[in-house]
Parts: sequence; C-alpha cells; structure tokens
Amino acid sequence: MKVNKFMIGGLFILAAVVFLVVSSSQANSEYFMTVDELNTKGASVMGKSLRVSGAIIGDTIQYDAATLTLTFEVANVPGDNAEIEAQGGLAEVLHQAVIDPTRSRIKVIYQGPKPDLLRNEAQAIMTGRMDENGIFHADELLLKCPTRYEEAVPEQAASK
Amino acid sequence: MVADFGYGILVVALLVSLYSVVAALVGVRTKSAALVESARRAMLLTWPLITLSALALIYLLVNNHFEVSFVYEVTSRSMPTYLKITAWWGGQAGSLVFWSWLMSAFASLVTLRKWDRDREFLPWVIVVSSVTMAFFLTMSVVFENPFARMWFAPSGEVIKAMLQPAGSTAVPLQPDGRGLNPLLRHPGMIIHPPMLYLGFVSFVIPYAFAIAALVTGRTDDRWIRITRRWTLWAWLFLSFGLVLGGRWAYDVLGWGGYWGWDPVEIAAFMPWLTGTAFLHSVMIQEKRGQLKQWNMILVMLTYALVIFGTFLTRSGVLSSVHAFASSPIGPFFMGFVALTFIISIALLIWRWPDLRSETEMKSMLSREALFLLNNLLFMSVLVICFVGVIYPLVSELVTGSKVTVGPPWYEFSTSPLFAMLMFLMAIAPLSSWGLSSQEKLANINKPVLGGLLAVPVIAYAIWWKPISDIMGSLPGVVISLAIILIVVVLMYLFRKLLWQSALVASAITIYLAFTYTQNLIALIGFFLVALTLTVTLREFWRATRARQNAQQENFFTAFSRLVGRNRRRYGGYVIHVSMMLMAIGILGIEMFQKETQGMIPVGQSLKIAGYTVEYKDLASWDEADKGVNYTRAVVSVYKDGTYLGDLHPRKDFYFDSQQSMTIPGQRPTLKDDLYVLLIDWQPATATGATFKIYVNPLVNWLWIGSLLFFIGVIIAAWPDRDPEYVPARARNKAYQPSSAD
Repeated sequence: MKVNKFMIGGLFILAAVVFLVVSSSQANSEYFMTVDELNTKGASVMGKSLRVSGAIIGDTIQYDAATLTLTFEVANVPGDNAEIEAQGGLAEVLHQAVIDPTRSRIKVIYQGPKPDLLRNEAQAIMTGRMDENGIFHADELLLKCPTRYEEAVPEQAASK
Repeated sequence: MVADFGYGILVVALLVSLYSVVAALVGVRTKSAALVESARRAMLLTWPLITLSALALIYLLVNNHFEVSFVYEVTSRSMPTYLKITAWWGGQAGSLVFWSWLMSAFASLVTLRKWDRDREFLPWVIVVSSVTMAFFLTMSVVFENPFARMWFAPSGEVIKAMLQPAGSTAVPLQPDGRGLNPLLRHPGMIIHPPMLYLGFVSFVIPYAFAIAALVTGRTDDRWIRITRRWTLWAWLFLSFGLVLGGRWAYDVLGWGGYWGWDPVEIAAFMPWLTGTAFLHSVMIQEKRGQLKQWNMILVMLTYALVIFGTFLTRSGVLSSVHAFASSPIGPFFMGFVALTFIISIALLIWRWPDLRSETEMKSMLSREALFLLNNLLFMSVLVICFVGVIYPLVSELVTGSKVTVGPPWYEFSTSPLFAMLMFLMAIAPLSSWGLSSQEKLANINKPVLGGLLAVPVIAYAIWWKPISDIMGSLPGVVISLAIILIVVVLMYLFRKLLWQSALVASAITIYLAFTYTQNLIALIGFFLVALTLTVTLREFWRATRARQNAQQENFFTAFSRLVGRNRRRYGGYVIHVSMMLMAIGILGIEMFQKETQGMIPVGQSLKIAGYTVEYKDLASWDEADKGVNYTRAVVSVYKDGTYLGDLHPRKDFYFDSQQSMTIPGQRPTLKDDLYVLLIDWQPATATGATFKIYVNPLVNWLWIGSLLFFIGVIIAAWPDRDPEYVPARARNKAYQPSSAD
C-alpha cells in the first residue's frame, strides 16, 4: 500500500499540533501555587501569570460598589486533592484555614462584580499576578462553597 | 419504608443485570438460544425495575422525606413540585441512578429491534450493555446510595447508610432541606444534564455493536449500518446538552460568556469530538471499505471518554467550576475505563487482519482523504483538550511545579484547527470519492500558484508591525500565515469548482474589512464562514435546479424531494450551515465583546457601543412562599437618542441556600446582545446602583445556529421507511447529484 504521502501528511499534522501546544504553553500557562508558596517565593514570581487557591476570610471582605473594587484576604490551603482529603475534605480544610490565625495569608484585589458565592470559608481560585507590595491582583475569580454533605455548584466570575 | 423499597428494587435490578451478563455468556458458550433469550428478557426487566426505584426516589423527593440524606441535600419545602422531581439529577447519587435508568431504557429499545439477520450480535450487545449498567448500578448500590439515611457516628460525624450502623444514633428529622442550588433551578440546567446523559448513554449502543462485531468476527460494515442512527441521535443529544450548558452559563453565571474551557466542559466535549469524527469516518467505510480499524478505535475511544466524562464530573480530581465533592467512586471509574479499554483494544488487535481496507486511498484530494483529514483535525483538537486537562498533573510530575492552562491556552491552540475544519466544510462537498488528483485537478500552473502564494507573504512583510500586534506573538503570526497559505493552495487546486464561491466570499470579506473590522483573525474567520456558506448553499441550489429540470418539478417540490431522498447528505449540509452561523456568533463574542461598569444614580446613564443605559428605578421585595428575595432594577435603553425599551436586571436571594443569583437584563438582536447585570445597590435608590454592561456582538447567531443544527441532525437521522432492506440498486435510482460539474 502506498502510504507514504499520507504518512507525511499525518506527520505534518502531528508536528503542527506539537507546535500549537508548545507555543501556546509558552504564552498562556499559569503556575499553580498555594498561598504558602507564594509568600515564600515572593519576588521571584512577581509579574508572572499565577493561579492561586485559598480560603476566603469573611471579615476581610470589602467591596466598593462605586469602583467595583473587591478586596479580601485568603488563607493557605493545600493545593493537592489527596492532602485535602486526608485532612477531612474541602469544607473542613477551608474551615480550619480560616479559624487558624497562624496560617499564611495574602491580600487580594479584584475588579468587577461581586460574585454571588463570595463568603466566609469559600474557596477562591484566582488567576492573576503579584505586585511588589505582595498584593495579588486577580483577573479571574472562581469560587467554590462546599458544604459538609453535598457538593455545591460554584459560580464562576471572570473578567478580561 | 419507601426508601427501603426503592433501595431493594435497585439491588434487584443490579442482580438482574448481572444475571443477564452471565446468561448471555453461558448461552453463547453452550449455543443455547433459550439462555440468550432469557438474558434478553432479563435485560428488558431492568428498565421497569429501575423505573420503580426512581419512582420511589421521586416520591421521597416530592414528599419532603428529609430523613433521607439525598432528599435533604437537594430539596426544600419551598421548591415547586416540578423542581423537586428534577432534583433527581441535581445531586450525585440521584444522577447516577438517572444514568442507569436512561441506560436501561436504551438497552431495552435495542433488544426490542428485529434481530433476524443479526442474531449472533445479540448476546454480545447484551453483555456490553449489561456490564455497563451493572457497573453504574453497583456505584449506586454500594457507594452513592440515594436512599441512604443520615446517622450520627459515635465520633459525632454524620454518616450515610441504609441501616443504622452499630453505635450510631439517628439524626433527628430535619424540618427543612437545604434546597437545590439556585443556579440549578434554571430551565437550561434542568434539561442540560439529561441531554448530556442521553448523549453519553446512547453512545454505549454503537460501542456494544462494535464489540459484538469484533467478538463474532462479523467485521463487515453491518454493525455500522445498524448503529448509524443511534450514533446520530447520541450525537444530537450530546450536542444539545453542550449547547444548553453554554446557554445556561450565558444566562445564569453572569460573566457574559458561554464556554470557559473548564475541565468538566472539556470532559463532555471530548466524546463529542470523537463522536463527530466517527460520524464522518463511518461514511468512508460504507462507501469505500476503508478505515475499518480506525472506526473501531474511534467508537472505543468515545465509549471510554463517555465513562471518563461521567467520572470527571463526579470525582473532584480536577479543580473546576463543576467539580463535585470528591467521592470514593473515582478509582472504580478509572478501573472500569481502563479495563474496558484494554479488553476492547485486545479484541481489536485479535481481529486486526480482518479489518483491512478493501480499497486503497489514492488521491490526497479525494473525498475520503479529506474525510480522513477531518478526522485527524478532530483528533488533534481532542489531543489538545486532553493535554490541557492533564497539564497540571503532568507538569507537577516533570517540573515539580503545578502549571495550569486556561481559556487563552485552549483558544490559541485549537482555533487554527477549527479554522481548518471550517475550510474543509467548504471544499469536501466539492470533492469526489476515489478521485485521483491527476484526473481532475492536475494542471498546476506553478508560476500562477507561486504568484498567489506570494501575495499573502508580501502582505505580511509589508504590514508586519500591525499584523504581529493583532496576533500578539510570533507563533500567532506564523500560524495565521500558514493557514492563509494552505487555504490558498487548496482553493487553487479546487479552483474549477470553487471560483464563484471564492469570489463571493472575498467580496463579503472586503466589504466587512471596510465597514466592520480590520482585525485579521476575524477577517480570516469571516472569509471561511462566507466561503463555506456560499459553497453549501450553492450545492443546494445546483442540485435542486438539476432535479427541477430532470423531473419537471417546481422548485419547492424539487428541493424537498432532493433533501428527503438524500437526507444524510443534505442533513449534513444543513449542519454545516448551522456550524457557520455558530461560528459567526463565536467570532462576534470572542473578538468584539465590549464591557463597561460603574455606579450610577437614578436618572444617570452609562454609555457603551452606541447604547445609552439609563438607571430608572429599583425595587426589592420578598416572596415568602418561594423563599426568595427579589431585587429588580429598571433601566431604559437608548440608541442614538431613540428609546428602545426597558430592561430588568435582577438579583434573587434564596433563603434556604443563602445564595444569590444574578439574572441579566438582555436585549438580543441579530447584530448584538446588550447584557446588563445588576451588581450592587444602595438602600436609598437615589444614591445609585452598580451595573456591569456587556455588548456581545453577533452572539445570537450562536443560538440561531444551534437551532438549525438540531433541524439538520433530525433531517439526517429521521428514520427511512425501511432503509436496511432496500436493495442497493433501488436506492441508487433516487436522484444522486454528482459532485463534479
């Protein structure tokens, strides 16, 4: 069977896919980090595109409706699902993170509508960058509010 | 009591489906038709059994039996009855039963078909369907029991179990349930999961037949002919589920988008990709006897991705908007996917020599080669999706730091492939089966082609700066130029059949460049849309005219008979047209979305894209019987000084789940969609309220396109009178337009 030209075509497509994935990864990937890692790495990740997960501390939530500026603090939660499970599930981990004052925290600023799910002990998954003052500027804010018995469908808030 | 009954019936259903597996296997082994018949009847019995069990669950849901944990989690007294019923699939445990129920319905339908000529398939179809069903029933019976009650363990933890565990005490009956998440009370979300599940479940049927064909050695394309319609319906449901999910996100999530490249969305998208590839490549097997092995691989992949998709939504392995609390069923799902996939591949390897192609693929420009290219492009999108989903896991293993990819990553890497797929829709209908390029499209005039290719290259060289600004990066520039060059070469090769359409498309694109946008990406997109639309509509026109002349019919009769007698082809073309309409909507919202936000006092306004949105009034009230507080703003919309009407963006607060929901005020037109969100407000309305406003150009073509899409699939899948028994000669009598002039 004369397969040569089809094989060349196939290899060409494969090469194109690899090129697409690699070039896209260079421009558009985000480092996933915990609050702990962010605080220890500090300056080295400044300005990089990051994805951070943390537990929202309810008392720190402030919203300025005039400028749509949302600020709050998040406490460190483990980034690994297995670890979260080992510590009693997401709801428990979030609860512990919020009541434990020794956990490392970061301050977050987000511009946009106040998400419906924003509340104490919600998990925030944020995409954005650190500035020189150690404040995290979130471009995208994703919230999860697990309850002890049942999943919650979280709301997604995104801004470009 | 009812809970025990429901659970008991579920256990019986599991035993019955296990029996049907064993009976079918033994029946084949001992060549006992009676045993196979017994297996078939057992399988038929599962549907009424699961229905009974589901009715018990619905009874509990509707009658507020909050002692049952699942009922407590997904319903509350204030919910209307229809929502309590649909809460059946509002949570994990219930939705697994729902899966099994749909699966049993489909399996029963299949076993009721006429089996005369295909009797040897029957036991194996039973085995595959029943194994799948038994797996899901096991998940329900052992791990995710929707009938379980709540108990306090001695440690104080709440455990869910059917019977009182030793040492535990009963949780006191709760006065009210937690209620379904308000986001899930939207009509889109009520229909979205069933549609997706229907799609998932019905893809099991073609897989079952494929396995039956492999085991029995009947590796001709019989299994494909039997399952062709099943596949189309499965594809319809899956597509419908995906679109509804998008529409729900657009209406409810309040971020002005419809698709976020979330891992769970991708999990539902991946079987759609393989399914779409499968739909196309089976045609090559039917017409040319090629790609038989490939079709097997595609249907096996689709089945694996269906189970994997159910697993992803259900396991919490990936952080996602949809991710549910993690549950013990994850490893079992993975095990089941792995096991079935390994067995399938082993069967395929065993039958590999029987699945050789009957004819050879000669020309790169023949229709089968273009179909193959379509398949490879779909698989490429699949690979990219898969890479994106596992990217965090792999990067952590390789580099130690977890790297995730978001929507920009997927958009960048898949959009060139989607562009090529769009272009294929323009040229594939013009190609012919088996045609050799030497015969029809031979004379390549090298200077002319070289000249045509030089034009975009020179244009890129001249406008390097603005083009690289639009593309954002060097790879973007390279990719866009590569797409243009490929399109130019192929258009040149198909020039005889394409030139009129190409002229029309170019004229439209130039017009858009002067009046609408100078963005090169958008213009490439619009050109491909225009080209495919003209080619496809021209095919309809040409074939109808030909039939009109040949049969002396009037235009409308000719058109409806043409489509009616070649439903698969013209249904397919309708689907292509619908895809182009959807592409217009996607290009519009992705490339030209505008947004503004701000706090405005009553009487003041915000301006965006020619619209003026004036804040008029705000009211807030409780509806105690529904358990909701509504806050509704009234805004007036003006365009160029003309009053267009009022919009009513809302914020609903649900007391039972302590959650609010933002309902946008929308003003849809064909040109754009004005989308106003009420974000916040001051108690005294004079102080003002905060709004976020989007203008989403052309997005409504996405929804119009999806409606047309369903019409197209229904045309293609509509049952023929008795298609399987019409001899080939008789079938050919119906007018078959030739694809070449």
